[in-house]
Amino acid sequence: MKLTTKYLTPALVFIAFLVLWEVVARVLNVSFVLPSFTEVMVKIWDLREALFTTHLFATLKIVAIGLGCSIVLGCALAVWMNNSKAVETAIYPILVASQTIPIIAIAPIFVLWFGYSIWSKVAVTLLFTFFPITVATFDGLKSVSKEYKELLLTMGATKKDIFLKLSVPSALPFFYSGIKVGVTLSVIGAAIGEWLGAQAGLGYFSRRMMSQFDGAGVFAPIVLLSLLGIVLFLIVSALERKALRWRKTQ
Amino acid sequence: MEKKIALSFKSVKFHYELDNGQTKVPILDGIDFEIQDGEFITIIGPSGSGKSTMFRLVTGLEQPTAGSIEVNGVEEVNRLSKVGYMPQKDLLLPWRSILENAMLPLEIKGVPKQEAKEQVLSMLEEFGLKGTENKFPGNLSGGMRQRVSFLRSVLSGSNVLLLDEPFSALDAITRLSMQEWLLEQWEKRNKTLLFITHDVDEALFLSGRIFIFRQAPISYLEEVKVPLARPRKIRDLAQPEVAELKDYLIDQLRKKVAQ
Repeated sequence: MKLTTKYLTPALVFIAFLVLWEVVARVLNVSFVLPSFTEVMVKIWDLREALFTTHLFATLKIVAIGLGCSIVLGCALAVWMNNSKAVETAIYPILVASQTIPIIAIAPIFVLWFGYSIWSKVAVTLLFTFFPITVATFDGLKSVSKEYKELLLTMGATKKDIFLKLSVPSALPFFYSGIKVGVTLSVIGAAIGEWLGAQAGLGYFSRRMMSQFDGAGVFAPIVLLSLLGIVLFLIVSALERKALRWRKTQ
Repeated sequence: MEKKIALSFKSVKFHYELDNGQTKVPILDGIDFEIQDGEFITIIGPSGSGKSTMFRLVTGLEQPTAGSIEVNGVEEVNRLSKVGYMPQKDLLLPWRSILENAMLPLEIKGVPKQEAKEQVLSMLEEFGLKGTENKFPGNLSGGMRQRVSFLRSVLSGSNVLLLDEPFSALDAITRLSMQEWLLEQWEKRNKTLLFITHDVDEALFLSGRIFIFRQAPISYLEEVKVPLARPRKIRDLAQPEVAELKDYLIDQLRKKVAQ
């Protein structure tokens, strides 16, 4: 791909968006509803100490624990469903049904269950990220074709050989897709969890600024949340490229 | 000197069951044959005549409903890992390098990695695959991938190798050079090869005996001997008795289509 199409066009569109935002905000001139881009940037700079040390760190901790739990539970469940048709038919519908529950609506219940500790926020993050990771990994494990399985069987492969040498590597690209969806959702989950009750975190900070009608203060942590999501996504993409080098040859 | 029997079928019957055993689809109905060690056999027949089913029986993916199958003179019930199998599509694992793909059967047998690696590396050159060890299958041409697939089946360690239309997806020129390459490898390695093909020329060029599969169910296996000495050249196929045999085989296959 040409460098222009890869970097220049999206960069120009993004800059155009920022300029438009700036102009509209200045014309409207109601900064507690729509602060201008520069106001938000200035705010981030002013509050850098609180934002970057306390709040970003608190949110990152929730994201890391929530995502970690999601990956462990999601993979375990995917493997379990893949091993037994009975488990699949029993659990899969519940899994899908769990996604139709409006998570934001039931999130306050987690506060009742886990109090204002980190675990209520982790639970919300888990609920957001668990589904895409589980389903993607499960689909990946199921993507192994019968031909390959039979070929390995003719070599005398055991169930364990087939799982480790065939199912796991086949599931890896799917797993990474699930994680990429998961990391962006994890940031949203953590922010919502913090909204409901926390002593720190970017979501909590944004809400506190809202009660003070500080428009730029609301936006500043949101920009950071979004950046956090982007950075996590890029990290996963880099890991993916490294692990799936062979895909370039296809 | 009497040669040892590599593979034999004794009144082998087989049918597939559909609708939970309500319907039976007979494929083989009492087949007998013996293949000596070091023979090169081709099997021709129309699609659905049971050629691939026979391979599934030999590899142990299916069990005969009656009769017995002997590998190297021993009746084996669990034949998985007893014979090498090379599928129609190369079925190389795209995430493994050529080296790792060829190592797969050794890994499954429990050969230590370092030892398996050395064994494969020493064989790559003989198979015309030198310098490809760190490439991925996606970087290799169809012919080269089939060489890796053949190497992998050789590394299964068995003297009996089943090749299921391995060259059918290759272009005519690559195919011819792969056929010559395969003959060379066979002569060098003293393996017993069973080779399924649709191509009468391929069957005549490669094998000593040709098994003709009639329409399923098969109760009698017709076989013809190829009247050619070895080593062969592709132009030997123009000899009158070979040309005659070719016409006969084509007639046989046509008859089945017309039926």
